[in-house]
Amino acid sequence: MTNIDNNTPMEKMTIGGDIYESGNAKEFKTGDWRSLCPVWIEEKCTQCGLCFPVCPDDAIPVGDDQKRTNFNYDYCKGCGVCAQVCPFKAIEMKEEGK
Amino acid sequence: MGIRERLSGNEAVAVAMRQINPDVVAAFPITPSTEIPQYFSTFVANGQVDTEFVAVESEHSAMSACIGAEAAGSRAMTATSANGLSLMWEMIYIASSLRLPIILNLVNRAVSGPLNIHNDHSDAMGVRDAGWIMLFSENNQEAYDNTLMAHRIAEHPKVKLPLMVCQDGFITSHSIENIELLEDDKVKEFVGEYHPEHYLLNKKEPIAIGPLDLQAYLFEHKAQQAEAMNNAKEVIAEVAADFEKLTGRKYSFFEEYKLDDAEIAIVCMNSTAGTTKAVVDKLREQGVKAGLLKIRMFRPFPAEEVAKSLEHLKAVAVLDKSDSLNGMGGALFEDVTSGMYVSGKSVPTINYVYGIGGRDTKETDIEKVYTDLAEIAKSGKAENPYRYLGLRREGE
Repeated sequence: MTNIDNNTPMEKMTIGGDIYESGNAKEFKTGDWRSLCPVWIEEKCTQCGLCFPVCPDDAIPVGDDQKRTNFNYDYCKGCGVCAQVCPFKAIEMKEEGK
Repeated sequence: MGIRERLSGNEAVAVAMRQINPDVVAAFPITPSTEIPQYFSTFVANGQVDTEFVAVESEHSAMSACIGAEAAGSRAMTATSANGLSLMWEMIYIASSLRLPIILNLVNRAVSGPLNIHNDHSDAMGVRDAGWIMLFSENNQEAYDNTLMAHRIAEHPKVKLPLMVCQDGFITSHSIENIELLEDDKVKEFVGEYHPEHYLLNKKEPIAIGPLDLQAYLFEHKAQQAEAMNNAKEVIAEVAADFEKLTGRKYSFFEEYKLDDAEIAIVCMNSTAGTTKAVVDKLREQGVKAGLLKIRMFRPFPAEEVAKSLEHLKAVAVLDKSDSLNGMGGALFEDVTSGMYVSGKSVPTINYVYGIGGRDTKETDIEKVYTDLAEIAKSGKAENPYRYLGLRREGE
């Protein structure tokens, strides 16, 4: 089921595109159409906790210790909201591919 | 064997729905199909069915409610006509692409405008490429029988497509004729229960229906629909064979009426076939070798079989109760002639657009078609193939 991709022949695809399991939205990587890319500058980051609540997706992972780690680019669409709210300039937006 | 009754086409369909006892009926009233949900809601009120009747605020919602009900794992039915079907249009495609075997009774009527509520086939022709199986019915008996066969066709694992049963608005929907009904228990046994493999209300298997389907996938899913439509032919034949065993009434993809030895023939659908049969009988008495091919299964279209059935004729007229306004002829004409061409059969064939907006089609009109066909058979030439029947024109 989860093995359906753009090489799967029609005979092996589920009818109507039905998905016979739950919690599958995370398998849809939505970060591939990003044009601006946030870069986390760890040494400037104070772990103030302002960035991850504003992320419209789930692209800033936070551990059990309440500290953020690097971006999950599978889902980051490059909206730049996190860079805007960061008081310490610890997130820089760079053009994708440069 | 059977119960003799006299019912209108709408009553016949409502009785079939009562006997089928679907889980959900969602409908919005529109002439001339209004009576179907009206009669059916009486059955609901009287406790004769267990159906959840959803009185929606529009046809778009009616089809949406049917989609939700079918996706949940239940049987859903509805009925509509003309502009009601037009308002369903968006959801008609959703229903077929999600492979939900909803059954819709379409009482054929002109799609306005200018404003008209009477019979023609422009509503059905507007959804002919929407991925629905489409069965046409000459009279109340056929509308009833097609409805009884509908679920077994649509729900078959090799098909899983929605199905519409068509009949002519007013001409059959509001005319009371003799009919033979099946006993309730026999219908129940014939139709059977619906147990879909996957459905939304199955708590053991949480599923998603209708997800995003972009460039990498939609093409294959459409091809699956096309394959299901091909599979439907075999299933329609199987179900008809079982139905014949039960009732003695035989249903093929199309009916051939005195066609075997005919030289000239008409191809048409729904109630006009009845008028044509009367004319064929009259002409046969005069020694004219006239015949009729009445299409029952319009989608999937039996192109090869129709071509084979018509190949021996000297001239054919295809009657379209809807004008495609395309500069080349009606939808049925296109299907028949392309079927002939692809099969390598060449018979002079002409098209008549007729009966638009409920214009009466009389025996004399049909006689005129056969007179034209006799001339074409003699000359071998089908000139001016895109014609009108019963249209007022200067100098005619």
